[in-house]
Amino acid sequence: MTTPRTMYEKIWADHVVRDGGGTEPDLLYIDLHLVHEVTSPQAFESLDLTGRTVRRPDLTLATIDHGVPTTGRELGIQDPLSKKQIDTLVANCKKHGIELYDIHDIRQGIVHVIGPEQGITQPGMTIVCGDSHTSTHGAFGALAFGIGTSEVEHVLATQTLPQTRPKSMAVNVNGELPLGVTAKDVILGIISRIGVAGGTGYVIEYRGSTIEALSMAGRMTICNMSIEGGARAGMISPDEITFEYLKGRNYAPTGAEWDEAVEYWKSIRTDEGAEFDVEVHLEAADLAPYVSWGTNPAQTVAVTDAVPDPSEFEDALERDAAERALVYMDLEPGTPITEIPVDRIFLGSCTNGRIEDLRAAAAVVEGRTIASDIHAMVVPGSGLVKLQAEEEGLDLIFKNAGFEWRDAGCSMCLGMNPDILMPGERAASTSNRNFEGRQGRNGRTHLVSPEMAAAAAIAGRFVDVREWN
Amino acid sequence: MEPISVITGQMAPMPRANVDTDAIIPKQFLKRVERSGFGPFLFYEWAYDEEGELIPDFILNQADYAAAEVLVSGPNFGSGSSREHAPWSIEDRGFKAIIAPSFADIFYNNCINIGLLPVVLTDDEVAKLSEIANDPDNLVTIDLEAQKVTTIGFEAGFAIEPFAKHRLANGLDNIALTLEHREAIDGFEQMRAEHKPSLG
Repeated sequence: MTTPRTMYEKIWADHVVRDGGGTEPDLLYIDLHLVHEVTSPQAFESLDLTGRTVRRPDLTLATIDHGVPTTGRELGIQDPLSKKQIDTLVANCKKHGIELYDIHDIRQGIVHVIGPEQGITQPGMTIVCGDSHTSTHGAFGALAFGIGTSEVEHVLATQTLPQTRPKSMAVNVNGELPLGVTAKDVILGIISRIGVAGGTGYVIEYRGSTIEALSMAGRMTICNMSIEGGARAGMISPDEITFEYLKGRNYAPTGAEWDEAVEYWKSIRTDEGAEFDVEVHLEAADLAPYVSWGTNPAQTVAVTDAVPDPSEFEDALERDAAERALVYMDLEPGTPITEIPVDRIFLGSCTNGRIEDLRAAAAVVEGRTIASDIHAMVVPGSGLVKLQAEEEGLDLIFKNAGFEWRDAGCSMCLGMNPDILMPGERAASTSNRNFEGRQGRNGRTHLVSPEMAAAAAIAGRFVDVREWN
Repeated sequence: MEPISVITGQMAPMPRANVDTDAIIPKQFLKRVERSGFGPFLFYEWAYDEEGELIPDFILNQADYAAAEVLVSGPNFGSGSSREHAPWSIEDRGFKAIIAPSFADIFYNNCINIGLLPVVLTDDEVAKLSEIANDPDNLVTIDLEAQKVTTIGFEAGFAIEPFAKHRLANGLDNIALTLEHREAIDGFEQMRAEHKPSLG
């Protein structure tokens, strides 16, 4: 009998082009390379300068997401630098024969939303992109991780990447999720336990009955934020929920090929008895709706808690970070989270910009109106998510409540387009990072689930969404 | 990529944990399509106030540290986004190495790929170095071959993967190295199982 292996070990082994023998990195084959406008121009330029070509344009897919405006697109892109960056991607894709979902394409959207939506993201694949949230695709049982621009160029030129093998970590979450606790809360809970660097050097596999019960959207939310715990990749073994999601999508196999694919996908699941380098255990019952209070994603507390006192942190650097965070966030220790007022609501991003997220938020919003002085916006993760939401009438629910209904893109998650916080503004955001300046200089970000963001929009402050049900 | 052997230079202490890539190079500067010229925007929101005025207290704005070539910072340096603009901006500002107790994975790889030396020392060693760096006249020497960091009253060894060291020491183009295995890539593509996905 063969030694039981983890899914990560199997996928790795299936993609080794050249074994580094322990002294060099293994050379890994890359099945899918996703490209966007911000981290690719220098890679294409360098490719041209060295006279190299794109080895597999057919395994490369590009979209425009980081810098696109989410309103007034008919006017074109006003920011000359963003326009140049986007035009550069259009020209590079044309030159190298790479398929591009451009600004006029209904399939345009956040790179980590469109891959799964089109069924291009599939179990067993290696997937890279010049974006740290590439870990999202691991929800399908793919080994997916973010890379830098030099590596983007490397993949364009060779369809491979030299990689040193990371260690493996199993994060086990078991039990039924309590009412009002979402996938976003699961991952925020995990990060607050392992810390922002707890996963550094590891590939995480999320396991256990809680994870298995989640929809693909929930699984993507969890894998998406692996990098916020330091792990380049997060994965979930594929199962019937995965196959059901993929079946019938544009790029999914059909007929006999589908059956063959499913058989292969089942074979890559982690074997019974496989060993991980580290195991972490959480009980779903211990989780709550979380709100971040600081400037990194591990600085979170349950909505029923208060802003912590930095003096309670034992570690000097953590204490220092907490003190600094409270100054930046303009928060006093001991303030109940539900007494923190908000100015802005951002519903979207590769973490929570899928149709399921919009449905969940709309259910909270329906029949209500946002608090006065609140500026709230919904930015669907893709043109197709937007279309679907409109077919379901979700746009009307949001608009009637006072939300802005926008076009697809990364938007205020990182504020590379005009969607940014003004200095001092405080946001309830469904995105993934609450770093200083992330959503706009001196803007203050609180990370929450779509339901919690929606409830905050109505109340004008954070509220325990469980009390709304 | 210039080969690295021995780096001797001034240190700039930045004793903070989790310095993220949004802080290193804020998003408004990621719209450029060039690879160079990011240095002036390094740590922009710590270096300049909302009116665009220089914040004199910020370490890299202090005249005494204008020539710093080695950044000394806290654990989990370079966390967050994969933007290679972060190491580009540090390098463009004249830094040749970063010393920290730990680095975020993607950032670390990006540094190796552009020839900016990331050096991992223990918490205690970095704390001591940071203290020594408070006197801007104290220079540090990093010997890549010997994997050693030395300065006044301080000596510490550091680990680095042999292949990364080999590339840095010789300034090797990673793509050229991989293309030496072109036949292996061709062979792999031929043997791939049919049902492996293709964008067709």
